[in-house]
Amino acid sequence: MTLFSSKNGQLLLGPLSKNNAILVQILGICSALAVTAKMEPALVMGISVTVVTALSSVLLSLIRDIVPTRVRIIVQLVIVSMLVIIIDQLLKAFAYDVSKQLSVFVGLIITNCIIMGRIEAFALANRPWPSLLDGIGNGLGYALILLIVAFFRELLGSGTLFGVPVIPDLFYRWGYSNNGLMILPPMALILVGIVIWVHRAKNKDLIEQQ
Amino acid sequence: MENLVNIFVRSTFIDNMIFAYFLGMCSYLAVSKTVKTSAGLGVAVAFVLVITVPVNYLVDNFLLKPAALTWLLGDRAAGIDLGYLSFIIFIAIVAAVVQLLEMIVEKFTPALYNQLGIFLPLIAVNCAIMGASLFMQERDYASVGEATAFGLGSGVGWLLAIIGIAAIREKLAYSNVPAPLRGVGITFIITGLMAISFMSFLGISL
Repeated sequence: MTLFSSKNGQLLLGPLSKNNAILVQILGICSALAVTAKMEPALVMGISVTVVTALSSVLLSLIRDIVPTRVRIIVQLVIVSMLVIIIDQLLKAFAYDVSKQLSVFVGLIITNCIIMGRIEAFALANRPWPSLLDGIGNGLGYALILLIVAFFRELLGSGTLFGVPVIPDLFYRWGYSNNGLMILPPMALILVGIVIWVHRAKNKDLIEQQ
Repeated sequence: MENLVNIFVRSTFIDNMIFAYFLGMCSYLAVSKTVKTSAGLGVAVAFVLVITVPVNYLVDNFLLKPAALTWLLGDRAAGIDLGYLSFIIFIAIVAAVVQLLEMIVEKFTPALYNQLGIFLPLIAVNCAIMGASLFMQERDYASVGEATAFGLGSGVGWLLAIIGIAAIREKLAYSNVPAPLRGVGITFIITGLMAISFMSFLGISL
């Protein structure tokens, strides 16, 4: 099997749209929405989750034959929390401001359903290389949705992107003002609802039967 | 006492786990199809929260905080900070309490156990439980009583939220929702609207 066969490519790219963790499998929403008021924390969170998902998939795929099924949940939790502790310490050392903004949500990566979901559903039944691609793909799919939601919330709510003002002063003088509601938590939920709506309108096969 | 009531009300309504922090959304979305099962899950989550938050509070204060080990080692402990271990210890305690609860419920009330069966083990990876412990650590409550009030308030808030959405979804089954929004999409938007209505509690100063 070659390293970049079309099947492996599918593992990497599928989760970006057709098989997206947030939009289709409805996993990992817990820690996703609270960090989307600004682009920067959303990007950091997306990268952190991608790294944890990819590494935990590889590690558990490597030891999948020697871990007894009965204790696998504990083993998974220990490995995932170890990786999250490393990420947390790295963020505190090199990106302290973002780490303060993310506050408890870094710790909540441990209970992110995407990670446990991919380990249970994929890594425990596959070799390390496909598991790595699957982990990266799902992490990126998650990061993509975070960035889309954060883009609209920051643009409409604060008039900035990554903290840089993008709405010209002229607009404000003509009476444009930022929409304060966008920064508040409820809009994250409504925006994800709208993203799901648009996504399913494009992919008719994902529409739920009544 | 007044203080405890304040913390309870604040964590139930103003800092509601679902509507303000989106914690425990996965099971909230997956299980909220009927009121009966959601009420069962809600009670179980509230129960686990009431136990794990104070237990984690004690562990945090007597083991993990900087110089917390002074009661055991005396002055030598002044430089010890085990804070980086808090994630792994909190999740281990949560998993252990859930396991214990499962065994107790199975032993003494088999009827409830059968009703909750599948949901009980899933509580261990419910973000609301872990999230409450991490918030407790960040907010630095003054006593174990305050931590318990916070755990109870968060649990009751979660219970309220899931029963509310389940009741709405039962009625929604008879409405004509646009096809791509059916199921999850409309649930997100309704949760958003419920969250906006919960924001009216922000005006209360405690």
